[in-house]
Amino acid sequence: MTSIAPRATDDPPLVRACLIAVAALFIGVFLVLPLVVVFHEALSAGFAAAWGAIGEHDAIAAIRLTLIVTAIVLPLNVAFGVAAAWAVTKFDFAGKSILTTLIDLPFSVSPVVAGLTYALIFGLQGWLGPWLREHGIQILFALPAIVLATLFVSFSFVARELIPLMADQGRAEEEAAISLGASGWSTFWRVTLPNIKWGLLYGVLLCNARAMGEFGAVSVVSGHIRGRTNTMPLQIQALYDDYQYVSAFALASLLAMLALVTLALKSLLEWRYADEIAAVHRH
Amino acid sequence: MTLAVFSNRAVRPRRSILPGFGLSLGFTLFYLSAVVLIPLAALVLKPWSLGIGGIWAVLAAPRTLAALRLSFGAAAIAAVLNTVFGFIVAWVLVRYRIPGRNVLDALVDLPFALPTAVAGIALSALYAPNGWIGAPLAALGLKVAYTPLGVVVALVFIGLPFVVRTIQPVLSGLELDAEEAAATLGATRLQTFRHVILPALAPALVAGGAMAFARGVGEYASVIFIAGNIPRVSEIAPLLIIIKLEEFDYAGASAIGLIMLVVSFVMLFALNALQHGMGGRR
Repeated sequence: MTSIAPRATDDPPLVRACLIAVAALFIGVFLVLPLVVVFHEALSAGFAAAWGAIGEHDAIAAIRLTLIVTAIVLPLNVAFGVAAAWAVTKFDFAGKSILTTLIDLPFSVSPVVAGLTYALIFGLQGWLGPWLREHGIQILFALPAIVLATLFVSFSFVARELIPLMADQGRAEEEAAISLGASGWSTFWRVTLPNIKWGLLYGVLLCNARAMGEFGAVSVVSGHIRGRTNTMPLQIQALYDDYQYVSAFALASLLAMLALVTLALKSLLEWRYADEIAAVHRH
Repeated sequence: MTLAVFSNRAVRPRRSILPGFGLSLGFTLFYLSAVVLIPLAALVLKPWSLGIGGIWAVLAAPRTLAALRLSFGAAAIAAVLNTVFGFIVAWVLVRYRIPGRNVLDALVDLPFALPTAVAGIALSALYAPNGWIGAPLAALGLKVAYTPLGVVVALVFIGLPFVVRTIQPVLSGLELDAEEAAATLGATRLQTFRHVILPALAPALVAGGAMAFARGVGEYASVIFIAGNIPRVSEIAPLLIIIKLEEFDYAGASAIGLIMLVVSFVMLFALNALQHGMGGRR
């Protein structure tokens, strides 16, 4: 029997309508419009102009650099995330809560401050700067520093996803495998990894989005050399500052599409594999 | 394994039979030190080359003070706005069955997924005097782009998901029993909200707002395009760090960086304590 009488926990219809209107308006103005305006501006001179802007030499170089940096950063941060989650969730040791707090630290440090730290180490006035110059090694204003800055800002994503997930799953399955004579590595590959694969993918997805889109930290250490050390976000800034709006928004629309794909895959993982990714998501 | 020393200290917990402790913890500590801790140590040590007086001179300069006031002030205003509107969004998403709810829910994460530089130029285009939102507001005499108000708009965009995603799980986990009991005892819906629902959500609201604030203080990319970056008016602290670096004033840049780092540390530990109070997030 379905009851149509309002329940005591229902809000009055007028309140309900107002709240829905406020929420929809807020999401519309603050989230949807910025997304729409990116594509609108990119296509304001027609599709051919936007496509041409993406094909320009410096834009291609920026896309390539962003892909290279991401290809280096992702495996490193995945290896770190898995190792950190294994250490923190499979063993008890003193100082564990300090370690997990430190793993969270890059989240709350300003990206500009993150970039600044590398400039202080590798810059000419920095700790290693003079020595590096003597030996002709270029780190600041080149690929290595861009990679380091990106590592810093996307540091925590995989670990933060895996630690709550593996803590929930406990140690019993791995302990059974080891007791039955499996080696450590085969326990990891055949027991742990299948249990965490969707959570790991979720972490990789977020890490990837941050790595490809990072601006502040990379901006400090890249040197902004067009065609050489400009990543996609930096190239967007360069074009925008030159009043080349169509080109800037064309490149931006590629990153906006990346964001939409990320959101779609993320929702899919949350919906399809809700039990196999961490229960609570905080970013 | 020298690292095994960790497991023998303090409470002497249950020994795990699982392998890989030395390897995983060793790699974790090495990587954490190399990527995060040693660089941060460089930042902590650098400003002292100026001496206490020198650091004070950098921080007390009117331009630095104005930038810090803007970064912290705009982040605080944006955090309050986000706490109010984020709560409404979370309430609608959790409590009401409306069409398109899944799409709205997914969209909330957009600020996490959209590169901040893209958000920056998009907001700037929207709120410029000839933009979709900027033009009607300009007709009303309200200027958003290239003013401190623009900074607040960008930080509202950046901070929204922190608040919504912190409140959502707490709100979904809230049993309706208490609200029903309140209604049975004659409370109006508003009284139930004030005395039953709000107290239960308060820690999550504070935590979400604090996260949005912490993120907003350090935010750079989404702000600089819309802010106009006029010194002492709409110039944020992270931008001032970059300007000092470009003038090769490394010590001055790191003095401002150090203040921001100290605030991040304090916020992080306060948040951890708060979440511990909320029953832990893990």
